[in-house]
Amino acid sequence: MKVATTVETKLGHLEWKKAPETHITLKNAGADSPCLRCVDKPCTKVCPAKVYEWEEAHQKIVVNYENCVECGAARMICPYDNIAFDWPAGGMGVKYKYG
Amino acid sequence: MADEAPSYDAIVVGAGPAGLSAAITMARAGLKVVVLERGEYPGAKNVQGAVLYSKMLHEIVPNFWKEADAPVERPILEQKTCITTEDSYVTVGYKSLKFMEGVPNCYTIIRVHFDQWYAKKAEEAGAEVFCGVMVAGVLKDASGKVTGIKTSDGDDLTASVVIACDGVNSIIAQKAGFIDELKSSEVALGAKEVIALAPGVIEDRFQLNPGEGATMEMFGSVSLGMLGYAFLYTNKESLALGVGCKLSDYQKKGLRPADHLEHVKAHPLVKKLISGGTTLEYSAHLIPEGGYKSMPPLAADGFLVAGDAAQMTNPAYREGSNLAMTAGKLAGETVVEAKKKGDFTKAALSAYEEKLRASYVLPDMEDIQDLEEHVENSPGFLEFYPKLACELAQLRFSADGVPKREHLKKALGMVRERGFLRVAKDLFPLRKVAI
Ligand SMILES: Cc1cc2nc3c(=O)[nH]c(=O)nc-3n(C[C@H](O)[C@H](O)[C@H](O)COP(=O)(O)OP(=O)(O)OC[C@H]3O[C@@H](n4cnc5c(N)ncnc54)[C@H](O)[C@@H]3O)c2cc1C
Ligand code: SF4
Repeated sequence: MKVATTVETKLGHLEWKKAPETHITLKNAGADSPCLRCVDKPCTKVCPAKVYEWEEAHQKIVVNYENCVECGAARMICPYDNIAFDWPAGGMGVKYKYG
Repeated sequence: MADEAPSYDAIVVGAGPAGLSAAITMARAGLKVVVLERGEYPGAKNVQGAVLYSKMLHEIVPNFWKEADAPVERPILEQKTCITTEDSYVTVGYKSLKFMEGVPNCYTIIRVHFDQWYAKKAEEAGAEVFCGVMVAGVLKDASGKVTGIKTSDGDDLTASVVIACDGVNSIIAQKAGFIDELKSSEVALGAKEVIALAPGVIEDRFQLNPGEGATMEMFGSVSLGMLGYAFLYTNKESLALGVGCKLSDYQKKGLRPADHLEHVKAHPLVKKLISGGTTLEYSAHLIPEGGYKSMPPLAADGFLVAGDAAQMTNPAYREGSNLAMTAGKLAGETVVEAKKKGDFTKAALSAYEEKLRASYVLPDMEDIQDLEEHVENSPGFLEFYPKLACELAQLRFSADGVPKREHLKKALGMVRERGFLRVAKDLFPLRKVAI
């Protein structure tokens, strides 16, 4: 779908308290990762903060955890249950002003 | 250690409407209460449309809307439902001054402002509210009774009761072993934008007197065949435009809610209303919609669950925060009674469920439990009926030189296309949400 305003622009309105460590990891990012056979890769299409991107060159999912808006959908999006998600540490992460 | 008195009567996890309502109720009764919130400040993580129903809050903070710093935007005098096709829409609206009599029916709010105000009320009532504290799990004794929580920093806190008010997909209730992870078919994903617009422009476009507000829900083509809807609410100096559809539908469609929002913005109905506005914020959050059937057990030894954490929403009526407030209050009352008896076992705490059953919370959830499945199994709702509504309106309002009896024939033909019996079957279950 061609859109007037990209998700990147939308995310540009937000503030985060950046956590030094990721709160999202892939359970299996190795040579036998389910991502390699995951046809639709819904994480890359649905995540409202575009946290997951397929890197064609390295044949893997990159996790941009800094973008996360903590909507809570991550683990449910992945049909292979390959996303390990916890909330960021106390006080870290997205800081909505309106909500 | 086991015999040592716990540090608190109650630990409340989460400073949302459920948690703060519970905390206020218990603190006012003299209990020692702490609220733990992972956000840097209350509201930092929270997203709502947001319509706030007054009656439930009035029961906790009487006449809240009259306070000088009341966290409300506009009282809602007009509520509209729009059925859309790509280039048309039918609107059904109801506007009444009755909404303002006695306790005004509802207000729009800005959720982050609201949560900060409500947390202050909890502190005034005597509860401690600690922000920036992430609860990582519960502590249990040998018998399995919940005895407290542990934070992600490794601190332990003990209490007679822990109330999980940590919102949808409650990690606390999951780690305590009371529920499983939700499935993508049990939740909706909501996304919204707050769009700045001058108050006078908002009032002109929505035909409102100064200070008054309106809400609009849109069904049909705007949901792109997914189960859900779009909404547009008026704040004082901004509009809230949002979408909310089943997560499994976004998954199937491979659509990002941010892009769905763009689609809604391009609809002629919406485009005109938001034109010239500047986006202030974009946000996204899950909405529990598994309903009555996927509710966790509400009480265990030393443990209660309230609000979104217990799936307490009524999506057919865009209600959630009010159920959370009522449930939090009833959970709080249950703990106050348990404290008097000195009994925090599951048996004693189960009074909570009876209270919920005697209120509107469980009866409403029970009544709509099959609705979503029904709508999903009748795909006509997402395409056929919106089209039918617009085509009938087109006929009704056109003077095209064709005899009206031909219009009627055409209209009946459209219904026949789906079958009269099928239409009756489609529509009959909706009686439960008609009033
Ligand atoms: C897009 C959208 C539109 C909506 N529109 C409406 C509407 O118009 N009207 C309406 O009534 N309802 C609406 N709702 C639903 C409503 O927002 C919720 O039902 C309501 O917020 C539930 O309140 P709660 O207190 O149970 O949970 P929440 O408001 O989610 O509060 C949970 C709190 O717990 C905190 N927390 C979570 N985990 C932890 C942890 N481990 N440690 C410490 N703290 C934690 C969170 O940061 C949060 O502050 C909407 C929801 C969405 C997403
Ligand atoms: S949805 Fe899951 S399996 Fe598929 S690409 Fe994303 S993380 Fe990998």
